[in-house]
Amino acid sequence: MNPANDLLDHLLRLGDSALVQGQRLCEWCGRAPALEEELALMNVGLDLVGQARNWLDYAAERLADGRDADHLAFRRDERAYRNLLLVEQPNGDFAVTMLKQFFYDAWHLETLKGLCQSSDPRLAGIAAKALKEVTYHLRRSSEWVERLGDGTEESHQRMLLAIPRLWRFTRELTAPDAAESRLHQAGLLADPAQVADAWQATVATVFSHATLPLPEAPSHFYLDARKGLHTEHLGLLLAQMQSLPRAYPDAVW
Amino acid sequence: MYAQLVETGVKRIKPLAEMSEQERSFQEKIDGEIKIEAKNWMPEAYRQTLIRQISQHAHSEIVGMLPEGNWVTRAPTLKRKLQLMAKIQDEAGHGLYLYSAMETLGADRDEEVAKLHSGKAKYSSIFNYPTLNWADMGAVGWLVDGAAIVNQVVLQRTSYGPYSRAMVRICKEESFHQRQGYEILLTMMREGNQAQREMVQDAINRLWWPALMMFGPSDEHSPNSAQSMAWKIKRQSNDELRQRFIDQTIPQLQLLGCTCPDPDLKWNAERGHYDFGEIQWDEFYEVLRGNGPCNQERLDTRRQAMADGAWVRAAAVAHAAKKAARKTRSNAA
Repeated sequence: MNPANDLLDHLLRLGDSALVQGQRLCEWCGRAPALEEELALMNVGLDLVGQARNWLDYAAERLADGRDADHLAFRRDERAYRNLLLVEQPNGDFAVTMLKQFFYDAWHLETLKGLCQSSDPRLAGIAAKALKEVTYHLRRSSEWVERLGDGTEESHQRMLLAIPRLWRFTRELTAPDAAESRLHQAGLLADPAQVADAWQATVATVFSHATLPLPEAPSHFYLDARKGLHTEHLGLLLAQMQSLPRAYPDAVW
Repeated sequence: MYAQLVETGVKRIKPLAEMSEQERSFQEKIDGEIKIEAKNWMPEAYRQTLIRQISQHAHSEIVGMLPEGNWVTRAPTLKRKLQLMAKIQDEAGHGLYLYSAMETLGADRDEEVAKLHSGKAKYSSIFNYPTLNWADMGAVGWLVDGAAIVNQVVLQRTSYGPYSRAMVRICKEESFHQRQGYEILLTMMREGNQAQREMVQDAINRLWWPALMMFGPSDEHSPNSAQSMAWKIKRQSNDELRQRFIDQTIPQLQLLGCTCPDPDLKWNAERGHYDFGEIQWDEFYEVLRGNGPCNQERLDTRRQAMADGAWVRAAAVAHAAKKAARKTRSNAA
């Protein structure tokens, strides 16, 4: 295995996940449950798309094949996307959206903390900037999981329905991956096992405050975002997001 | 962005001689350019007019997120997507400032929003037009925010302190949006291909007249303006502001290399202004009455968002109550 490819795949995993999550948040525009939430959802989305641009810029530099961050974002097909399966899931109701955000934020925060210690200064620099934003994201999404879990009977029921819709996709946040272990050995990434432990601890604490039951660890299933094997949702998301650059490939915007 | 056609409920402006002592001292403050603050006495009609105007302004910010939300998922580059998201976020923030300013007058946010949803309260007519291609994101920034700025720069001097201060903050961000919008169009015209240049002209053709309508009815059909001007809520007439907007926008249009969809537009050296054609007032009043191209969709989206979000708001209230109760119990123990 080539460590340069490992790193590239990892940059895409970080960048694509932030971009796809940001795209899902854009879909909330004008539809949030309160004006304050319009602001917050767009704010978080803006942070994430900004981070995606930083990761994809670096990925494009390492690729050095003439493609830039926009090309990576808007011209790659779903089989080439490396985002977490979790973030491509549809928004559903506000319970699904906030639980998805929380699972992602809890993973994201630990991942970035590890990256801040990376021997690659570029990785560490991008991560340090993102970490400030994601600390805020996690605080906010944890609070919402708690509010909705420990709110009314209806909000509790909706959270109970949201959990099984998303839980199986949390396996990829905690399952070890050979490439990540190699990157960890090379001093580039945090120990994936540590990220997994910290994620589980955060989820356990917040679920307990939210009076929500913690399901059994999810088992392996066929899909694997690391190999570009996505759910059926990503293709449609990309079709919308990429429509203009695909229709006018020579255009400057 | 903006309020057009705000009822004052006043048929005739009272001369100073007919005013009570309170009314006279209020009017003297206004005439002396002293800002009115929340705790000061004010005529009830002044208060109600401002509530209508500021809430209409706030509603416009919120409904105005929808035509842009239509393209935020399809912005063609990461930079454009970030700009548009930042702009939409600013608009939600402007809505929040304005609702706060409105609440200093004793109005209730939820009640005013309910009036919007029932169709009783208005929002700017411009947001009832559809965004049909990417250039609309540029044209909305340039023309729509541009028209808003012309209006709002003057409102920085409006007589009610909280409204005037909100305008100062909002104007700074709006100017930024306007420049970004213009830059989108300039890039498409100068570096884009034929299809993109056609998009730009098409966007201008569709949005030009609706942008001019944002200034409200012509002065002769603006019965509420006189009282609003006497109270210095409004500082300049609809037609004056519209003329200023046209005069400053036409050179920008020429720099783009685009044309104006008004065959009667021409420079009048004698007046030192552009002459322009007649606005389709029938269309304007139809849109205000709810019969514009997107009135139904815009209100449906807002109503749906409120209905879908009811359980979320209820959960937040219930959770806050539980937390407060737990705190009281632990303090007592």
